[in-house]
Amino acid sequence: MSDNSVRIPASSQTVGPYFRIGLEYLVNRNSVPSIVPAGMIELRGRVLDRDGVPVPDAMLEFSSGAGVGRLLDGNEAKSGIPEGFRRVATDDKGEFALAIARPVAETSSDAHFLVLVFARGLLRHLITRVYLGDEVRNDKDAVLLRVPPDRRATLIARADEIQAGLYWWDVVLQGTNETIFFAW
Amino acid sequence: MERSGPVFGQGLIGEHDNDLTVHHAGDPIGERILVHGRVLDEDGRPVRSALVEVWQANAAGRYRHKVDTHDAPLDPNFAGAGRTLTDESGYYWFKTIKPGPYPWGNHHNAWRPSHIHFSLFGSGILSRLVTQMYFPGDPLQPLDPIFNSIRDAAARARLVSNLDMDRSESNYLLAYKWDIVLRGRVDTPFEEGHR
Repeated sequence: MSDNSVRIPASSQTVGPYFRIGLEYLVNRNSVPSIVPAGMIELRGRVLDRDGVPVPDAMLEFSSGAGVGRLLDGNEAKSGIPEGFRRVATDDKGEFALAIARPVAETSSDAHFLVLVFARGLLRHLITRVYLGDEVRNDKDAVLLRVPPDRRATLIARADEIQAGLYWWDVVLQGTNETIFFAW
Repeated sequence: MERSGPVFGQGLIGEHDNDLTVHHAGDPIGERILVHGRVLDEDGRPVRSALVEVWQANAAGRYRHKVDTHDAPLDPNFAGAGRTLTDESGYYWFKTIKPGPYPWGNHHNAWRPSHIHFSLFGSGILSRLVTQMYFPGDPLQPLDPIFNSIRDAAARARLVSNLDMDRSESNYLLAYKWDIVLRGRVDTPFEEGHR
């Protein structure tokens, strides 16, 4: 095959039940600090299946925009992990928690996290988005506006009523309350 | 437009993180192997500084994980995890032990062919890939529902590494070469339709 030809990407395979062996180190290096620094938010939630049963072996990866494409000085350079990227794994209750840089808006009406969802039963990971519930730019977001109004809430993290900077968002893999996942 | 993928720094990688055989007091049991190749995009260009993460069973077909209850021995000298960043030519390598097949209870006499789990990050979010690398000539492959979840024979073949005698070392190890093509050119649009 010459270098001029178009190559076909490798196929996806399930992450399987044992992904923690190779992938959990990156979860552990970014556990949620007791005080979340300015410029970052805390996001908590659960991964649920069709019947609302918690999924204890899912992995999620969050990216908050332009900040993931380069490493900044200080902590990022030392850790090798951009502040706009976080990997989490669900616990026995299906719960996850992360602290991540606020989304960097690529346009004036766009402020969201991209989220990749991996789990044992998925041959190929899922892609979705999550928006922060108190973000005024959501009303103008072109993608959010294309989602049927009754499904939009599946992409919006609810701001905690007491703790500033804390948001709540569940991922529902299947069923009537299924999170909107994007084709790719 | 597609969003760029995360960029990881060398600070993430320890000095011997791509050698799975040197992290304990003794040598792990099993066939010592080199797994190596290049990470490329669809145009054949190298994907530089790509984070490549691997995990696998030991030579006896046992994962060091609490939910693996297969009656095969754990190896005190083998954890089964590694990671590296590709270099300027997209090249990566891991030194490890050839993983054994293992039963997984999907159906009667269900055995997974030998495989190494791979996780890769490319230049864009759509480049992200989690997959499994297989070994050439493994008679369990035609029987394996996970391998055969890929319907296209040519696509399955792309997940099978090649024996590489040029990089094998006499009296020391066998080498397997596996090049990995990631999806995602810079200008790939992000499809916004619903699943």
